[in-house]
Amino acid sequence: MSLKSILESHQFAVTAEIGPAKGTDIMEIVEVAELLHGRITAANATDQQSSQMRMGSMATCHILADHGIEPIMQMTCRDRNRIALQSDLLSAWALGIKNVLALTGDLPALGDHPQAMPVFDLDSVQLLSVIGRLNEGFDMAGTALKGKPDFFAGAAVNPGSNTEASQDQQLFKMEKKIKAGAKFFQTQAVYEPAKFAAFMKKAGSFGVPVLVGIIPLKSAGMARFLNKSIAGVFVPEDMIQKMSTAKDKTQTSLEITVGLIKELKDMCQGVHIMAMGWEKKIPQILDAVGLK
Amino acid sequence: MLLSKQKSFEEILGYLQGENKVFLLGCDGCAQASGTGGPVQIAEMKAKLEAAGKTVTGTEVVGFLCEKALIKSKLNAKVKAIMEADSVLVMTCGVGIQASAASIAKVCHPACDTINLGGSRGEWQGSERCMECGECVLESTGGICPLTACSKGLLSGQCGGASHGKCEISPDMDCGWELIYHRLKSLNQLDKLKKLAPPKDRNKGLPKADMRATSRWAIENPAQKVQKEVAAK
Repeated sequence: MSLKSILESHQFAVTAEIGPAKGTDIMEIVEVAELLHGRITAANATDQQSSQMRMGSMATCHILADHGIEPIMQMTCRDRNRIALQSDLLSAWALGIKNVLALTGDLPALGDHPQAMPVFDLDSVQLLSVIGRLNEGFDMAGTALKGKPDFFAGAAVNPGSNTEASQDQQLFKMEKKIKAGAKFFQTQAVYEPAKFAAFMKKAGSFGVPVLVGIIPLKSAGMARFLNKSIAGVFVPEDMIQKMSTAKDKTQTSLEITVGLIKELKDMCQGVHIMAMGWEKKIPQILDAVGLK
Repeated sequence: MLLSKQKSFEEILGYLQGENKVFLLGCDGCAQASGTGGPVQIAEMKAKLEAAGKTVTGTEVVGFLCEKALIKSKLNAKVKAIMEADSVLVMTCGVGIQASAASIAKVCHPACDTINLGGSRGEWQGSERCMECGECVLESTGGICPLTACSKGLLSGQCGGASHGKCEISPDMDCGWELIYHRLKSLNQLDKLKKLAPPKDRNKGLPKADMRATSRWAIENPAQKVQKEVAAK
């Protein structure tokens, strides 16, 4: 069943994030795809995540599809103007890619090519509108397309903003994204179920499926890094302590991850696992949670 | 004001390769304020170049090197020293370097890089900046420009990178959309954040062909064109 039909029929979706290769070696992606085949609803291929230059999302999506995984193409506004974005969307559809996650993108200054020109000709909300327009058969200039796509578009939301202004704005922006055509949301990583519940109380009222973001903690150091460097992510101190005193860090990490998913999954309509190199452990996590 | 920063001495020496005699030109407007091309830096550069084996045929600091008429009148007394030099080293912003190159029949080397201040500012300079986008959006953002106040220039609101009201690019930089939120809230206009912002017409933000050359068209453009425009009215 496709991501679209699962979400539209109010079933629970499991998505995983897959980072494209730095280079042309696609062996690992193929291995992960084969391992996750039949276990997840769809997989996101990131678009130069954290502004680190890698293989493209479109090519990775195509490889995933070839190996039986339904792809979600992440598309940021960081590197392409409206001509390139629209063109890539048409290309992606021609290659059989049906899901797009529209993102603004990180600043190039934070990545491995800080000298690059940031584009941001459009932003995430405007990109969603453009996808909707292409779906209707027109480009941004209003010219009719010969053959039109039918993308299932999604967007991101950050439930863990740390000021009242940010929290309000995330909800305002979520509403705008829905107005602009977002049919599902994937969230930034969540470690505080109570805070997520409060977020969902408001976000749930929009009636658009939300897939909660999960990043397994590999170490206490990684947790501190997330707290320090990733906006909107907060790992509570007791979780960090648990990781730093763990004898078997992998085991403890998986226990924490499974516990979080169990606690969060009834608050929303899916889980989005960003395993960051631990993609092969996803089946094990899903088994322990009791998903499929 | 245009903020400049001196290039490394190695880079400057590279420009002067194969040349022995150089004339130094500074500016006691912005370049002096930037600490890059005022009288003090000119004297320092003279000493460094001489230590590196170059001959400095003369120096001059012009009050506002961006004004071509001033350059010409001020340099009249130094014509001999300039003509004697192989080249002129201009220790100012890019405008001063270009105005010098347009006024002096010698190679003019840049000694400075000009720093981007994130948009134009008024003659009385505060923190507000204008991107000259040609399509003002301040009506919907409480009078704070998202193009200049947000490091991504976003029109649809705050991104996920804001933390504690600061931009992900630096803990010293306020998130522009956090400022816009508070301004709109104080004006009781938070509903404006729910409105979709159309994509910008970026073409309007590009300079028109005749504006690339000048902003003082009435003074610098051919008289014919001015007369034509006046006659048309």
